[in-house]
Amino acid sequence: MSFETPDFSLALPEIWLLGAICVVLIVDLFVRGSRRSVTFFLTQAVLLVTAALAITTQWGVTETTFSGHYVVDPLAAMLKATLALLVVLALAYTRPYLEARGLLQGEVYLLALFATLGMLIIASGGSLLTLYLGLEMLSLSLYALVAYHRDSRQAAEAAMKYFVLGALASGILLYGMSMVYGGAASLELAVIAEAAASEEPPLLLLFGMSFMLVGVAFKLGAAPFHAWVPDVYQGAPTPVTLFISTAPKVAAVALFLRLLVDGLGPLHETLQPMLLILAAVSLLLGNLTAIMQTNLKRMLAYSGIAHAGFIVLALAAGTEAGHAAALFYVIAYGIMAAGAFGLIIVLSSAGTEAEQIADYRGLNERHPILAGVLLLLMISMTGIPGTIGFYAKYLVLKAAVEADLIAMAVLAVIAAVIGAFYYLRVLKVAYFDRPEVPPEGSQKPTGPNEGSVGEGEGATPSRPDGAAGTVLVPGASLPIRALLVVNGAAVLVLGIFPERLIALCQSVLGAG
Amino acid sequence: MEQVIFYLFAGVLLFAATMVISVRNPVYAALFLVLAFFNAAVLWVLVGAEFLGLALIVVYVGAVMVLFLFVLMMLDVNTAAMREGFTRYLPVGVVVAGLMLLQLIVVILSEQVDLIGGLIPEPSAEVDNVHAIGQVLYTAYVYPFEIAAVILLLAIVAAISLTMRRQRPNTQRQDVPKQLSVTKEQRLRLVQIDKKNRRHTSDT
Repeated sequence: MSFETPDFSLALPEIWLLGAICVVLIVDLFVRGSRRSVTFFLTQAVLLVTAALAITTQWGVTETTFSGHYVVDPLAAMLKATLALLVVLALAYTRPYLEARGLLQGEVYLLALFATLGMLIIASGGSLLTLYLGLEMLSLSLYALVAYHRDSRQAAEAAMKYFVLGALASGILLYGMSMVYGGAASLELAVIAEAAASEEPPLLLLFGMSFMLVGVAFKLGAAPFHAWVPDVYQGAPTPVTLFISTAPKVAAVALFLRLLVDGLGPLHETLQPMLLILAAVSLLLGNLTAIMQTNLKRMLAYSGIAHAGFIVLALAAGTEAGHAAALFYVIAYGIMAAGAFGLIIVLSSAGTEAEQIADYRGLNERHPILAGVLLLLMISMTGIPGTIGFYAKYLVLKAAVEADLIAMAVLAVIAAVIGAFYYLRVLKVAYFDRPEVPPEGSQKPTGPNEGSVGEGEGATPSRPDGAAGTVLVPGASLPIRALLVVNGAAVLVLGIFPERLIALCQSVLGAG
Repeated sequence: MEQVIFYLFAGVLLFAATMVISVRNPVYAALFLVLAFFNAAVLWVLVGAEFLGLALIVVYVGAVMVLFLFVLMMLDVNTAAMREGFTRYLPVGVVVAGLMLLQLIVVILSEQVDLIGGLIPEPSAEVDNVHAIGQVLYTAYVYPFEIAAVILLLAIVAAISLTMRRQRPNTQRQDVPKQLSVTKEQRLRLVQIDKKNRRHTSDT
């Protein structure tokens, strides 16, 4: 048995992150109490260093090590840096919200770090085994994070649903992997690609592929594997929702690129119809259901399903341009979603959750800057030119048309137009509705609010009786608000100058 | 002969798996799961993977399922509530399961799939099973192995962060310094017993 000693220096970002996790774990033990922000700053520093390491040590390197389990290529380096930076952005919003609710504990950041490690492992996974383990590490951390608010019934319910459905999806993915292993007789993606590219690929590969697609679609939140998305987005504490909707989405795209492009790319012709169905269902279901939501978090969840539809459409194109479009789209979505949920966090003070759309009445009169950020985010999600969302949609449609998926491109445009309605409705509420109008009684169709548990929730029940209840007081401190403004500005700036990021996405995927 | 053993144990395995999801008592379900694991282990031994078979018995049957049983017996699981809607969702479940079964049969019956032989490597004569796994586990598979270890660490952190509550006042907690500084007098009390009416005079 020949064995080559692995090149550990190639895996420097992961090794650094794991070492740092252990250090943070120990440090966190000793900084209990009022100085808990030490863990927060340490976590952010660790993540920034991880991003820097990924760029400096892995950029431009194309190699495999650990007997093929670990792949380094420009895509991996770019993904790792992006993931780490998105996590930094997501965690930056968390602190005031958690502090106000007595949830600020070091474990939140530790779990986020573990999730990041899982995502990095996916980004440079070279075998089925590594990808699966990375995904499990990510999922386990997310289950725990969703359940983190122990006193909230909603969070517990969301975590339970997420866990059960997630375990099922993992099982299906693993089943598909075992079939692929049976068909290719190897766990290594490179070997699987060879088997898939042969004249007559084993039927087991096709069989396994459809199961693996189910698992990936679940993680991406694409319909019809989306059942968990609305409940989890609504039930989880808002910072956790923010976290779930940013970096893990990028990781899901990374998983797709590794598993179904690097591994089973030669079978794309068989995969394409399945992807088109996923895309069409996600686009229609996401956009149509989002119209009916009165809860902003839930609306954003359905809009996330619609965005997943766009991403799947780009992946269905199957070309390098399509993959690059999907990568750009998911990064753009990450930035937009971080801003949107960040806004909810900023507007939620200790007692109230600013999650009903009706709560945003007259936002412009009271907080014109925050309303401006909301405006930017919503028109970006709609895909209006001048914002990053426009270029994301444009690239996807371009890739789809180039791949002769014209009918699907038309459908996507129609879906985007439908989607414009609910994004613009939020803006109408924020800009043109008077805050004095008492909210209608039927504003909570989606489960009872969590008024029964927790100490500080007393303000919630008093809301329906009068106008005074709807006044949102930003609970976040100035730095967080500044971050939100920067986040909103990033949507605009990247929308006006998107060339660098687009070129980067294209170059790492060999398109361009 | 080998075929007979295979079908015997595979049949029991299927039966046990069906019972796991259909019996009413969760303790019985866990015990049937043990039976299923045991039969799966036998099937593994049959194809020559003795180490995996034994590991399945030692780890799953011996440790995991016993813990599982403890948990089931300690928690008062409301089975009636869990089975609510079973008949309501049964048709959908049957359709989905039937479709998947049909697909499986189509794949297995297709000419291309050569399930018997070919893909499963023959057990080599000179290197035995345990040896072969030992050779690759810490060399070729060291990266996945380490990741699995990290996942266990994550599981510990997640479980503790979800179950340990610092705020609740009436939780019974271990206080190590207090335990260490305890003296004999605090733990042991000598009490005079009144022999006449044989009653403890302790005041507790």
